[in-house]
Amino acid sequence: MEQEHNLVHQLRDEHQAVTIALTVLVGLGLGYGVAHLFAGSIAYWGVVSGPFFLTLRVAIPATLIAGVSGIAAGYVLAKGQFPGRDVLETIGSLPIILPPTVIGFYLLEVLSPGTRVGGFLTRVVGHELVYNVAGCIIAATVAAFPFCMRAARSAIEGVDPMIEQAARAIGLPNWRVALLVTLPLARRGIAAGLTIGCARALGEYGATLMVGGDINGKTRTLSLAILDSFTTPEKNTMLLILVLMAVAAMTGVGLLGRSRT
Amino acid sequence: MSALDVNVTRKIGEFDLDVTFSVESGISVLFGPSGAGKSLTLALIAGLLRPDTGTILINDSVVTDCANDMYVSTQERRIGMVFQDGLLLPHRSVLDNVALAVRQTSGRQARRAVARTWLERVGAEQFADRRPGSLSGGQRQRVALARGLAGEPALVLLDEPLSALDSAVRRELRTLIREVILSSGVPAVLVTHDGEEAEELGDVVIAYNDGRVTGVRMVELPEDAAPQPESPDGGASQ
Repeated sequence: MEQEHNLVHQLRDEHQAVTIALTVLVGLGLGYGVAHLFAGSIAYWGVVSGPFFLTLRVAIPATLIAGVSGIAAGYVLAKGQFPGRDVLETIGSLPIILPPTVIGFYLLEVLSPGTRVGGFLTRVVGHELVYNVAGCIIAATVAAFPFCMRAARSAIEGVDPMIEQAARAIGLPNWRVALLVTLPLARRGIAAGLTIGCARALGEYGATLMVGGDINGKTRTLSLAILDSFTTPEKNTMLLILVLMAVAAMTGVGLLGRSRT
Repeated sequence: MSALDVNVTRKIGEFDLDVTFSVESGISVLFGPSGAGKSLTLALIAGLLRPDTGTILINDSVVTDCANDMYVSTQERRIGMVFQDGLLLPHRSVLDNVALAVRQTSGRQARRAVARTWLERVGAEQFADRRPGSLSGGQRQRVALARGLAGEPALVLLDEPLSALDSAVRRELRTLIREVILSSGVPAVLVTHDGEEAEELGDVVIAYNDGRVTGVRMVELPEDAAPQPESPDGGASQ
């Protein structure tokens, strides 16, 4: 019994040691990167700042749109009682499975003003939806959506239905049960989906390339700019910024899902 | 006027529920062994499940009528419910949990004021700002009782509210439940498989066995043990 106790403690200590070691390694790597950025790469900020701010302009609205629509779709899939739910989830998940260029091709087919649907959408919106920031946002949204949707469905299905029933029994209408009970209790899983969706939007490449067109100063996000400047020194700055943005996004959105219970 | 009229059947697998009873004011206890269909009956009354056939009336208003395909939603039945595990919202404060159940007044502050009154009545006002996860089982059930009554329900349903508690706390809460429910004047249906609890809490005991009502009996409490109800004219008929 005592041996088992010691073994558990030993394993726990080893686990902690590995966690600390990994944290130190990641911290050192980030520290080195930040030092590198400020010491040597600051000179390239003029070149990098354009793609950096464009990436933010694309990733933030894309994460918000994919988050809201993904949570709504996840809720319907988790709670809806209708045939074909799994088929709908599969369709919504296609951007995970299909190559990004295929997604980009279909988006071009739908959004180009020369096509029937694209022409209609262009008239409704009042401007073209390809080869501009709107196209980049749409591409990043489509890429991020399935992660948000799948995580939301799984998290919502994990909420104890008895707690939801208890909330109905005290008179809360279904929409208040959803907002006050189900979604708050599913927040950790939802936040995990938003985190991955945000990271996906930040790093989107293939579909953005096709729908945005990789136009310098207009639709060239950091992911696209890295390839374009792969033989130049500023690529290191871009790589570093993308890593830092991804870490910041994952930390920030992850914190959203945490709160005391 | 009956507080509750139940005449339903429901088949789940091999289990066959077929019960008819009426409840008036006071506390009516559905008593019987586990698996007799007591909690299923409560779920049918609450509208959490639908019977196969029959009717349910609360205060003489039809809330379930299978023949006419009529089902009033759980939210519109004006019931209060106390569950075995409390089932409080873990991410909201105790005060919020009770305030969410308040239906008779609008406005956040007004609802919270009503909720505080109910927390005082069950002796849980000192936990108002805490989360349910930090409370003991007995404290959670006090809060659940306040939540069940805070919405001025037409009927309060208690599904084995004490079965997860140790015997000392159970004895303490029996007295509290009886006092608070009788003083509120809200008719109650309580489910238990504990004979002592049924005798101590109930004005009427409706005995269950294997999906059937096997007897209805008025409980005569000793005078010194009986709380003084505002509406002591409890009764039931099968």
